[in-house]
Amino acid sequence: MDFAFFLIQLLNGLQYGLLLFLVASGLTLVFGIMGIINLAHGSFYMVGAYLAWSLAGMTGNLATAILLAIPLTVVLGMALERLLFRHLYQRDHLYQVLLTYGLILVFEELRSLIWGDDVHGVAVPALLNASISLTENLSYPVYRLAISGVCLLLAAALYFLIQKTRLGMMIRAGASNRDMVQSLGIDIKLIYTLVFALGIALAAFAGMINAPLSSVFPNMGSSVLIICFVVVVIGGIGSVKGAMAASLMIGLAETFGTVLVPEVAGMIVYVLMAIVLVWRPQGLFGKA
Amino acid sequence: MESRVSRYLPYLAFGLLALFPLTESTFYMQLLTKVLIMAIFAMSLDLLVGYTGLVSFGHAAYFGLAGYALALMSPGYDAVSLWWTLPAAVAVCALFALFTGMLVLRTRGIYFIMVTLAFAQMLFFVFHDTKLGGGSDGAYIYVKPSMKLGDFELANLEKPAQFYWLALFLMAATYLLLHRVLGSSFGRALLGIKVNEHRMRALGFPVFRYQLASFTLAGSLAGIAGYLAAMQYGFVNPEILSWHQSGAVLMMVILGGMGTLYGAAIGSFAFIVLQEVLSNQAWFGAWAKHWQLAMGILIMLVALYLPQGLAGLAQKFRGKPAPEAADE
Repeated sequence: MDFAFFLIQLLNGLQYGLLLFLVASGLTLVFGIMGIINLAHGSFYMVGAYLAWSLAGMTGNLATAILLAIPLTVVLGMALERLLFRHLYQRDHLYQVLLTYGLILVFEELRSLIWGDDVHGVAVPALLNASISLTENLSYPVYRLAISGVCLLLAAALYFLIQKTRLGMMIRAGASNRDMVQSLGIDIKLIYTLVFALGIALAAFAGMINAPLSSVFPNMGSSVLIICFVVVVIGGIGSVKGAMAASLMIGLAETFGTVLVPEVAGMIVYVLMAIVLVWRPQGLFGKA
Repeated sequence: MESRVSRYLPYLAFGLLALFPLTESTFYMQLLTKVLIMAIFAMSLDLLVGYTGLVSFGHAAYFGLAGYALALMSPGYDAVSLWWTLPAAVAVCALFALFTGMLVLRTRGIYFIMVTLAFAQMLFFVFHDTKLGGGSDGAYIYVKPSMKLGDFELANLEKPAQFYWLALFLMAATYLLLHRVLGSSFGRALLGIKVNEHRMRALGFPVFRYQLASFTLAGSLAGIAGYLAAMQYGFVNPEILSWHQSGAVLMMVILGGMGTLYGAAIGSFAFIVLQEVLSNQAWFGAWAKHWQLAMGILIMLVALYLPQGLAGLAQKFRGKPAPEAADE
């Protein structure tokens, strides 16, 4: 493996990891703050990708499509929180699993009814459709670099939001003691709705920006969801920092695994998870 | 305390079910065989969810593993003996459950759900990505295992009625075994752990070992179901250990009413009948293809409005308090 090839895999791994972070951070926030397990989180990734594809077809431009799709997913997230998830905060995880499992089936069938069962490609925006040559015959697509850049920006924004703003303070307080926050006069219900919508918008956005690379296809959400579960388990529930570390770890492990040991690549992430479970059952950044 | 009537009710049900092949309706007999097999699977999960307080979302792993074990043990066109392949398949499941149990039982709550799912998914990839079980195409079981005592053929499982009786026998055996286990001091301890793990630990119970025993038993019983299912369909592919299967069996347990063994059986009956009805093209036409939409909505309604399942509903109508709610 020469250096240019190694560099390409490294960049691919980082890009994949950063994309996973967008999906997993929403999952871990909703877990950590509301104590909700959302199996349908991957469906929002799929919804994002399909929205990007169909709106890009209508407007002829992926950037416009994404700008139109983000408010739609935020509204979807808020509506679902109000209508369904709100009833489950005080219930056993079992019912959350069941409800969100049902939700996956509903989303998949609606996708089939609205958009059909075909695989569709999404064009890379013209502005970013270029590559940087590394050697004479190896080059790296600008679009992938752009994705990594956007993900890093969002990660920084998320960190700022949670750690440095007043809203972030309320979110963190809500995670540790819901009733206390409410008695202090903060509308915790509104905060929950916002966090839920934020998590969903992040997952959907990941689906949108990745659509040109992955194309859009049925059941695309489930594999992402399960990898994100592994990310959350390794990083520790509720820890955004942990989600970042674990996402990068998984992204690199899977990318290099696919290149070096393709036969067992699918299992590597689970072996990693098993090791972390033995060593630190609460995850790398989880509280004991 | 159970009344005398309800004590004999299961035997009555088994007796009536045993007479079903007299109707000679092969289609319904095969459908009912599927229900019996899924009932074994659902009861094994109910042991974890309803009695031990462990919500596993990866129970299909053991079901599928036993199916694959049978497929790998009977690669050719000669019938293998059920006498050793069934115990061997169950033993494989028991070992895998013991191994994964040691890891997953280090976690609780949401973690436990995710980790069980992740391990099931790992197994999915083992069979999906490697040549071991034919990759994503799966493997065939050309000839059903034989049941011979010496030269005497005890049952010919290629015949739907005899296969039905085998499934019914194993279902009844599973029910009686679990009933026995749950009535024993071991079962009482499991219930205690479900209600309050810390109290049981403080009382000196080795909680981890009890949970591990329960987890292993549940995995082994799921193995019996998976072995039968693989035999019924004559082939296995990675889908049988996918998370849709884990979700479906969880739905059966809740739909019937968890924490009641008969509820798991009722739940699998209701679920499979629903599936057949909703995907019936003669009734629903083009919508039959999208039967999962109705199923998904139904699952959500059960989660929201029927937490104690059909068994809870029945008890409500009879004016009895519902079995203990599964709150935190």
